[in-house]
Order: sequence, then C-alpha cells, then structure tokens
Amino acid sequence: MTSAHEPGQHSEVTLRVNGKPHTLLVDHRRVLLDLLREDLDLTGSKKGCDHGQCGACTVLVDGRRLNSCLLLAVTLDGSEITTVEGLGGDGEEPHPLQRAFLDRDAFQCGYCTPGQLCSAVGMLAEAAAGHPSHVTDPAAPSGRPVALDRPEIRERMSGNLCRCGAYPRIVEAIEDVI
Amino acid sequence: MTGTTTGTALGAPAERREGRQKVTGAARYAAEYALPGRTHAWPVPAAVARGRITAVDTSAALALPGVLAVLTHTDAPRLAEPEDGTLAVLQGPAVPHRGWCAALAVAETPEQARAAARAVRVTYDTAPHDAELTEDHPAGYEPEQAGGQPGRAEYGDPVAAFAGAEVRVDVTYRIPPLHNHAMEPHATTAQWDGDRLTLYTSTQGGTTVRSVLARLFRLPEEDVTVVAEHVGGGFGSKGTPRSDVVLAAMAARHTGRPVTLAHPRRSLPTVVGHRAPTVQRLRLGAHPDGRLTALLHEVTTHTSRVKEYVEHAAGVSRVMYATPNLLSSHHVVPLDVPTPSWMRAPGHASGMYALESAVDELAHALGMDPVELRLRNEPEREPVSGRPFSSRHVVECLREGARRFGWAGRDPSPGVRREGPLLIGTGVAAATYPAMVSPSTASAEARPDGTFVVRVNAADIGTGARTVLAQIAADALGVPLDRVRTEVGHTDLPPAPMAADSSGTASWGWAVHEACTRLAAHPEEGPTVRADTTGKADADSPYARHAFGAHFAEAAVDTVTGEIRVRRLLGIFAAGRILNARTAHSQFTGAMIMGLGMALTESSTLDPAFGDFPEADLASYHVPVHADIPDIEADWIDEHDTHLNPMGSKGIGEIGIVGTAAALGNAVHHATGIRFRELPLTPDRILAGLLSERRR
Ligand code: FES
Ligand code: FES
Repeated sequence: MTSAHEPGQHSEVTLRVNGKPHTLLVDHRRVLLDLLREDLDLTGSKKGCDHGQCGACTVLVDGRRLNSCLLLAVTLDGSEITTVEGLGGDGEEPHPLQRAFLDRDAFQCGYCTPGQLCSAVGMLAEAAAGHPSHVTDPAAPSGRPVALDRPEIRERMSGNLCRCGAYPRIVEAIEDVI
Repeated sequence: MTGTTTGTALGAPAERREGRQKVTGAARYAAEYALPGRTHAWPVPAAVARGRITAVDTSAALALPGVLAVLTHTDAPRLAEPEDGTLAVLQGPAVPHRGWCAALAVAETPEQARAAARAVRVTYDTAPHDAELTEDHPAGYEPEQAGGQPGRAEYGDPVAAFAGAEVRVDVTYRIPPLHNHAMEPHATTAQWDGDRLTLYTSTQGGTTVRSVLARLFRLPEEDVTVVAEHVGGGFGSKGTPRSDVVLAAMAARHTGRPVTLAHPRRSLPTVVGHRAPTVQRLRLGAHPDGRLTALLHEVTTHTSRVKEYVEHAAGVSRVMYATPNLLSSHHVVPLDVPTPSWMRAPGHASGMYALESAVDELAHALGMDPVELRLRNEPEREPVSGRPFSSRHVVECLREGARRFGWAGRDPSPGVRREGPLLIGTGVAAATYPAMVSPSTASAEARPDGTFVVRVNAADIGTGARTVLAQIAADALGVPLDRVRTEVGHTDLPPAPMAADSSGTASWGWAVHEACTRLAAHPEEGPTVRADTTGKADADSPYARHAFGAHFAEAAVDTVTGEIRVRRLLGIFAAGRILNARTAHSQFTGAMIMGLGMALTESSTLDPAFGDFPEADLASYHVPVHADIPDIEADWIDEHDTHLNPMGSKGIGEIGIVGTAAALGNAVHHATGIRFRELPLTPDRILAGLLSERRR
C-alpha cells in the first residue's frame, strides 16, 4: 500500500451545492455523484448504475438536469448544484413536487425518487423554455413553452427508470404541479 | 381462526410513513453509512466460464494509491460451509461460472478500489463449459422438488386423454432469462467491533441475514447486528443474503476497517440470481363445449452447478383449472451458468404466461370466448391436492374485469382491426399466486403518553411495511393510527421472516395483531407484550390458499416498425382484505408494469461461448420506462376470507405480474392473427412474423 493521494491525480475545485460553497481536493476520476455522496455525505442522489443508464443520480447543474454519475467533478469548478436535499430550499416545507409525490404515492422503494424529482424539476424548466421533445408536434412554434400532456411528460421523463413501476403515479404528481 | 380487526385504520389509504424521508433524500440505504474510516471493496469477476484459478497476481493492484488489500481464495477468511453455495466466495480455486468472485480489492475510495480490481491479474486453468439449455440435454433430470412442491404431479391418464381429445392444442412457449434489477444495487456496509459484526445491508430479511452470517463466521447470532432501514427494491433477489454481505464482512475482517461493497450494475445479473429461462410445452385437450379433458404442462429449465434452483413454472397447472387428467412436471439441466433464483412471482409469472397463452389458443381453436372458456373450467377444489379453496374469486375478477374493460361484444376474429398501419387487439389472462404465511414474532409497547410502539424486524422494500403494520396495530389496539409508531429493519427488534413470497405483511401482521390484541385485552401484561405465531402461522391448513386475478390488455401493433404499444392495461384482483388502498394500488400497478416489461422489452441471453449474459447493464437489458407505460388501472374485489390470518389478507406483491404477459401476448395475437410464442415481443420478432405471414 502507498499513500492515498499521489500528486498530479488530484485537483482543487470549488462548487456550490444547495447554496453552500465547497472547496475540495478531488481525485480526477471522481464523478459528481461520488463527490456528493462520499465527500459531502449528501446521499440523497442515488447510484443506480454509475453508467448514465438509469437516472437515479440526476441533479441540477446550473439549472439543467444531468446524470451526476457521468460528470467528472474536476470539470465542474464554479458550478451551482442542486440535489434532492436542496429542492425545498432552506425552509421546512418540501418543494411542491415533493409534496405531490407524497400525495400521489409516486414511489415505493424510493431509490429512484430523488432522480425522478430532480429530473422533473429540470424537465419542467426545459418545457417552459420551449425545448421540444421527440413527441412534440413539429409544427408547434419554436421557442414557446411546450404544453405538457401525458405523452410529453412520459417521453421527457424516460431517462429515469423506476423498477418499482411507480410511473403512472409519477406522471400524475408532475401534472399536479404544472 | 378467531378474531378479526374492527377499527377504521385497516384498508385506509394511509400515507407512507417514511415517505417524507424518501422524497427529501434523508432515507439512508445500505451503502450510505459513512462510518469513520470506511473503505470500499470491488470484486474481480472470474473471466472464464469454468475452470480453476491457478494464480492471482496482486502486486500491481497493491502498488496503487490507497489500496489496502486484495483478498483471494488463499488468504480470505475461512467460512463454515454455507447451505447456499453461492455464498462460498473466495474459499477455493474453482470457478463454477463466469463472473464468480475471483478476488476482492479494498481501498480507501471507490475509484481506488475499482482501479485496483482492474489491476489484479488472474490466471486460470480453463475447462470446457456448457451453458446452452436444450430440451433434450443429456444432463437433464426431473427434480424431486420444485418451488417447495413435488417436481412432478400427475393423475388420470393425461397422455391418452390428450390423444383422444376432440379439440387439441399442443404448443411450446419460451421465456429467456430475466433480471430483477432492483434500482438499488446489492450493497452492504460491514463493520467489526472485536468479534461483533454489524451489517448495513440491502435485504428483504435482516433476521435471515443474521442467522446465515452468524453461521458462516461461526459467531453467536446475538453478535451479529443487521440494519436494513430502507431497501431500494429486491423483487426476490434480496430474499436471502447474496455475496455482497459475505464479501463486505470478509473485507472488513481482513482490513480491520469498515467496508462498503456495492455490486456494480453490470455484475448484478451474474451474482444475484435471475429468473431462469423456461421452455414450456402445453398440451390441452377439450370437449367441443370447452371442458378440459387433459392438461399437460412440461417445463424445461436450467440451474447452475453451484446449487439446484428449479423455476417451478408447471405448478400453476395444479391450481387453475378442472381437468380429469393432469401432468405437471419439471425437467432441469445443470449448466456452467450463474445461479438462478427468485424473481417476482417465481414459477408463477413464467408458468401463467405459458398456460394462459395456451388457454387462449384453445379458445381460438374452439371458437369460444376466452373469458367464457375459463369460466367453464372452474374447479370446485384444488385439482391436485383436492383441498377446498379458502376463497377463490377468479370468476368474479374475470367478470368484473370484462365489464370494466368493455369486453362484451368483442369481435374474436384476429387481425381485422386496422388504424392506418396499426393493428389493434385485446387479450385476457387469469392470474394466481399462493397466499403464504410464516411464523413471526413482534412486540407491542404501551407508552405512558398513550402512544404505542410496535416492533418487528420486518423489511420495508417499498411495500410500505411500516405503514400497514401500524394500521394493523391501531385497529387491534382500538386506537387512532397516529398513536402507533412502528420500528422495522433492525435485528434488535423481534425476529421476523423475510419479505418474500408475498407473505411479509401476513406473517409480520399476524404477530403484530396478536401482540396488540393481547395488550388491549390485558394491559396489566404490559407495558410490552410479545407475540410469537409459531405453531399457528405454520400450522397445516385444510384449505388451498391462493390469490387470484384477471388481466385485460389492449395493444396496437405497428406493421411498419413492428413496435407494440400498450393502450390499456386493467388488473382486477381477489387478494383477501386489502390493508392499505394506496400502497396496494401501487404494488398492483408496479407489478403489472414489470409484467409489461417481461412481455415486451426485457430480454437476456446466456451466451453459449462465454457462459454469461451479454445484456448485463440497463442500456442493453430494457426495463420499461415512462414512455412504455400507458394509463394502468388496477382494482380489487372485496374478498372476505377467514381461513388466512387475523387480518384476512393475502399477499399482493406478486400477483400483479402473473397474468400481464399472457394478456398482452393474447392481445397481440388478436391484433395480428399471429401467435408469437417466445418472449419478449420485440419489434424484430413482430416484423419477422408479419413478413412470413404476408408471404404465405
Ligand atoms: S447512476 Fe447515473 S444514470 Fe444511473
Ligand atoms: S420507487 Fe423503487 S425504483 Fe422507483
């Protein structure tokens, strides 16, 4: 065994997570998901596959939803990260979408839930900003907010797997906050 | 059975008690216990399908930064011989299948552990392997047991009766290997304190993990603590401990540090069990009026060389239909493959796909409505055992489902409903799953402030155990629900059986009910009353106890792309008393969605050359996603059954998957006129079928 850190393999990054700044020396191989879970003990973001295939690790990076298991932490200097722990802001009250998930029983085991929540928040912003999806009417005027019917929600949320099969309830919960 | 609950909490759609923790990210799962000094372990999977490890070169791995150890079969802690051979990891040089643990790297961080595992050089003495399941494989044999029942059941003269039947169906259905893929990978955090072991693990049964691990490490059970507060799904694959628990405990012992091991997603298909592939031959003989004269259900499946696991798919034919002549048998072939195990509704999901598809084929051959055909073959008693059913309302499920779905007036002709390039069809299938129960202990404590605490080492794998057990307790105590707190998921609590076979709530709930009933009747026995249902819950029942259901599906088949889109899915269930309307609904629909995956998207292959699953990750093994799932309706009929347990409940975690695949397959036949007999119904197969039909 040798020492845990070797020069040239670590760099310092500063990022804001849920409003708080953190400066860390990170292994160049460390992905944002592991930075959150291992360095900051923010374990709300889940590791389902570590390969960008399940969405359980979805967080908001500068307002965009991204799979945190695919982002090398060292590339994120200066980024603003929001995780499931930060969705509700500082207050005691959960985010309206978190409340809707509770009201609709939009989860069972809960392991995909943080990713579904962050993804939905990001998705709502994308639709509001006029991003089309695969099922958006090609004739719809570009740049205008996209109305989210069920096929739109389903299409846009399809990067977030739920093996418990809470999909119908998740869609209803999202509809509740539109 | 005495005593039924009378309060208002049972059946109410109470909100999940841990819900707030789950939606805020506060709920901790097994890999998320950052104990001081915690390290990470990463397995090195064997790269050959059969052979012996001749050398493990760990030098390059050990030279990497942060690496603490590489455990091999020569220096890993020696275990007592396990009953479950899949747990005998790092105990010898033999490699029984590709992906078997060949070594284990331990390092300060997950990245370092992964790099170390990759740097380990293993050399093998390779032996020829055989990973290909064929129906006439010379190594095949008839197992004595399949799913706890005799491997073979037979009465009458089924072969002769079938040969002489006026209407006959002789068909073979195939299901590939399928993977549980719970969203939380199998993970354990292990810590030793002297000779005391603490495990934070993702399991469906902490009490079982404790007894298995205590035996393996030769410890008194009280020296093993198992914590499983939140479990990210299991679907059978976390029923008994898997190698993660053993490897984490070994690594922690070896390094003297707490260790977390989370199996990488790509390893899960190999190391946690899979639904074994089945080839199922169904022969149905019938009178022209639809009454069965013979039912033969013969299943061929595989198991590993590590242990015998039989996918007991033919068992359903011993329950479903009245027939004067029956054969239900299994044939299992041991191969050099990963060990199969339980996956949601083991045996039943596979068996009912084949049986209910064949019944649909028979309806077609008879020119009879498939709902009507099922009604005509209702048995009065359970066919093989001759026992009366404690309750059986499959007829009511079929009738209610047909009414809700708008089945009446359905044109039975296949391949005639067109919408542009689409062909539309509807299908039906019945479902069954046994209502099982095991002994459990539980305690109920009356607190001075008027509240109560119910304790039982139940596992909440997403079923809402905390919530429903509080409901059972509140009614038994005769107090409002908010006065009851539940503690689950820790071996300091009264021992309990695992959440498996849809028996968790019945088993734990019975003990909770008994403790609370006694505490309410005899407060002087308090403040804490303990109950043990041994001798009651496991007493022989004179009744055949099963849940039933009916599935209806509408599918649209795209004749240009071969894609199948599900338009509607309806499930109606008769599963005893429903204890929480909200969480029950979620379990029924969730299982139906897994059934949709089984029918349409989920497929794995055992590569004969490599002896492993190429579709090992979630990019290649397609679990259903949001876009695959239409509006799904699940409901139940009120069923009052006093022969089950004090709550009158049957398990609900599995029945929802059972009939889904057959209902969808039958809908696809109704749409296209083509009978596809191999799952899943992927576009390539549909297109090939449509093309060959066109050429005819
Ligand atoms: S863990 Fe990142 S997508 Fe699965
Ligand atoms: S709630 Fe279990 S995976 Fe979605």
